[in-house]
Amino acid sequence: MGWIKIGSLTDIPRRGARCVTTPQGRIAVFRTAEDQVFAIEDRCPHKGGPLSQGIVHGASVTCPLHNWVISLESGKALGADEGAVRTVPVKVDGEQLFVTGEMLSDLVA
Amino acid sequence: MDVTVLHLMPTLMERQLDPAAGYLLEKAVDARGIKVITKANTKAILGDRKVEAVELADGTIIPATLVVMAAGIKPNAWLATEAGLEVNRGILVDAGMQTSDSSILAIGECAEVGGHVYGLVAPLYEMARVAAARLAGKDASFTHSDTPTKLKVTGIDVFSVGDFADGDDRQEIVLRDASAGVYRRLVLKENRIIGTVLFGEVTEGAWFTDLKKREVYISEMRDTLIFGQAYQGGTPLDPMAAVAALPDDAEICGCNGVCKGKITAAISAKGLTSLDDVRTHTKASASCGSCTGLVEQLLKLSLGDAYNPAAVQPICPCTPLGHDDVRRLIKVLGLRTIEAVMQELEWKTSCGCAKCRPALNYYLVCEWPGVYADDYQSRFINERVHANIQKDGTYSVVPRMWGGVTSANELRAIADVVDKFAIPTVKVTGGQRIDMLGIRKEDLPAVWADLGKAGFVSGHAYAKGLRTVKTCVGSDWCRFGTQDSTGLGIRIEKFMWGSWTPAKVKMAVSGCPRNCAEATCKDVGVICVEAGFEIHFAGAAGLDIKGTEVLGLVKTEDEALEVIVALVQMYREQARYLERIYKWAKRIGIEEIRNQIFSDKEKREAFFDRFVLSQQFAQVDPWSERVSGKDKHEFAPMAAVGLLQAAE
Repeated sequence: MGWIKIGSLTDIPRRGARCVTTPQGRIAVFRTAEDQVFAIEDRCPHKGGPLSQGIVHGASVTCPLHNWVISLESGKALGADEGAVRTVPVKVDGEQLFVTGEMLSDLVA
Repeated sequence: MDVTVLHLMPTLMERQLDPAAGYLLEKAVDARGIKVITKANTKAILGDRKVEAVELADGTIIPATLVVMAAGIKPNAWLATEAGLEVNRGILVDAGMQTSDSSILAIGECAEVGGHVYGLVAPLYEMARVAAARLAGKDASFTHSDTPTKLKVTGIDVFSVGDFADGDDRQEIVLRDASAGVYRRLVLKENRIIGTVLFGEVTEGAWFTDLKKREVYISEMRDTLIFGQAYQGGTPLDPMAAVAALPDDAEICGCNGVCKGKITAAISAKGLTSLDDVRTHTKASASCGSCTGLVEQLLKLSLGDAYNPAAVQPICPCTPLGHDDVRRLIKVLGLRTIEAVMQELEWKTSCGCAKCRPALNYYLVCEWPGVYADDYQSRFINERVHANIQKDGTYSVVPRMWGGVTSANELRAIADVVDKFAIPTVKVTGGQRIDMLGIRKEDLPAVWADLGKAGFVSGHAYAKGLRTVKTCVGSDWCRFGTQDSTGLGIRIEKFMWGSWTPAKVKMAVSGCPRNCAEATCKDVGVICVEAGFEIHFAGAAGLDIKGTEVLGLVKTEDEALEVIVALVQMYREQARYLERIYKWAKRIGIEEIRNQIFSDKEKREAFFDRFVLSQQFAQVDPWSERVSGKDKHEFAPMAAVGLLQAAE
C-alpha cells in the first residue's frame, strides 16, 4: 500500500478537523479529544455539507448545515437519519499522519 | 398598511365554509383591521403608469397603491397535452396514477383522478405512495377522501370537511354561540355525517372527521352529537380519552399526512419521550404546528406520567440537568471550564455533543469574563471562523456599518474587495448592512485584511451576540424626527458590539412613532418621541411574529443606554442558550423585568456594571485578530495530495 504523508497530529486541534484536498474531492481528517484520528469524505450524505466544519464530539461530528450526526468510525449517520459517507484509512506513525493512494482513487469509484 | 380584501362571492372561502361560517370569518378578519368587501366584481384597475384605484362593477372606487391578486390553482398540463396524453382539468390518471399512456404516471397538483384535482398536500402524498408501489410492481390504488381544511391564521380557528350544501335528503345540526364567536354545523345524510363546519372552537374536528370517514351511524348519539366526543355516554370524557378513542388510522398531522398509529408506534418502538423526538422521527407537528396539542396528548397517552412537558427539559441527552440548573451550578460550584462542568455535573458522554457544548461555552463566557478561555472547538462554525457558512460550503462576510450609516470610502473599499476576490453576490441585508456572499474559506483572512484597511470591523452577522442596530435618519434630516435616532443607534452599537448573548440580538432606533426603523418587532427597540425615548423589547419577526412590549419612557440618551444595557445583561445572565429575548421575557414575566430594570435603580446599575466589565474582554475585533494570524489552521487545508502521488 502506498501511504502518503498528510501532516502531523498537532496540525489538527483536539475535537477539530482539517482538510486534505485531492483531485478526487476533499477529505476531512478529524482528531478527537482522546487523540484518535479518523478521515472521511468531506461531504455530508444529506446535502453535501462540509463535515470538516462541524462540531466534533466523542467519535462523531455534527454537520454544520442541518445537524446530521455522522459516526467518524463507520461514516454512518446516527440517530433518526439514514445515510453514510466513505471512510478513509489513516495511519498514525508517532505524530505523523498518512492516508493511502489506493483509497483516494476509490473515492471517485 | 390599509388593506381591503375584495371577494367575488357572497362570503369568504365559499368552497370550504358555509355562508354562516364565512360571515363569522369575515367579522374576525374585520376585527383585525382588514376590510372585507364581498360580492365585489372587479371591473378595472385604474391608474396611468401606476395603480391608483380599483373600480368595481357597481361603480365603487377603492383607492390603492398596491393590488395583489389571487386566482387559485390551475394545473399546468401543457407538457402532457404536447405529449398527446388525455387531459381534462388536469392530466387524467386512473386509480393507479397511470395516464392514458401506460408507460407514464402522473401525480401531484397536475393530476386529475376520479374527477378530482387536489391542491392540498395530504392527498398528493397518498398519490406518491400509490405511484411508488406501482413502480415497485405492487398493487395499490388511490381512493378519494376529503381533506379537512384548516385556516392557519393566529386566533381564527376554522375547520371544514366534506359536503355541506343543503339538500332534500340532508339534515343539519347547528350550534351557535354568537358572543363567544362559536359556530358548529354538521350535515347528515341517512344518519351519517357527510360534512362538518366548525368556527371558533375546532378541537372536535378530528372526531367528526373520523365519524364521517368510518360512516358511523349516529342516531344513538344524535341528541348530544354536536357537543362533541366529550358528551357521549354517561360521564364527560376528558380530552385524553377523546384522543385515546381515535382509531389508529385517524389523521393527526395534515401537513405531513401522519396518522395516530404511526405516531404511537414510533413512540413505543423508538422510546420517544418528547415532542421534539416525535417531530424528528415522524415529522408530525413539524410543519405548521397546529396539531401539536394532539401529538402531546398522544405522548401523554403512551407514556403516562413519564411524559411531563412542564418538567425540566434536559439540555441534551448528555445530562439530566436543564439549562437553569447548569447555569446555577456553574456559579455556585465555581466551575470554570467545560471539562470541570462535565466532570462535576456527571455528564454522561466523554465530551458532550453539538447541543450542550456551545451552550456550556456561552454560560462560561458569560459567568467568568476575562477568566474563562473561550473554547472555539465548542462553537458553531460561523462563530469559530467569524463568517456565515452557506449551503455550498463558502462563506458570507458582513462588515459592521454602525447604525446602518456608510460612506463613499467604505463603499469603495467594499467594491474593491468584491472585484479583487471575484465575489459573486453582494446583497443588502434586512439589518441595513452589506453582505458579500460566496467567499472561499481560504480567502477570508485576505478579505478581512482589505476591509480592515478601510476601517471595517466584523459585523457579527454570524453571532449569538449583538447583530445590528437599525436606525432611521431622525432629526438630522427627517421633517418628523423628534430625536437624533441615528446618533443614538450608533452610540448603542459602539457600546455593545462584540458581546456574546444567549441568542442573536437585533435592535433598532426610530426617530418618531412612524417607526421607519421598524423598532417594534426587534429584540430591543427605541421609539423617539418629543418627551424622550420609549424603550421597547421582546419583539419578534422571524419564526414567530410579535410586537414589542413597552419597558418604559426615559428622558435622556444616557438613561436610554443604561436601561438597554442593563436589560441585555439581565437577559445574558438569565436566558437559556438559543432563547431569544421574547421567549425569555415570556418565561420571566414582563412585569418582573420592568421591576428589576426600570424601577430598581440599584439592580439596574449592577447589571450595567457587569456588562461593562464583560465588554473589556469581548470588544476585540475578531477579523483583525485573524488577519494577524490567530487560528491560522482554520483557513488552510492541512495538505494537498496530487494525482501523481496518489498513483505511486
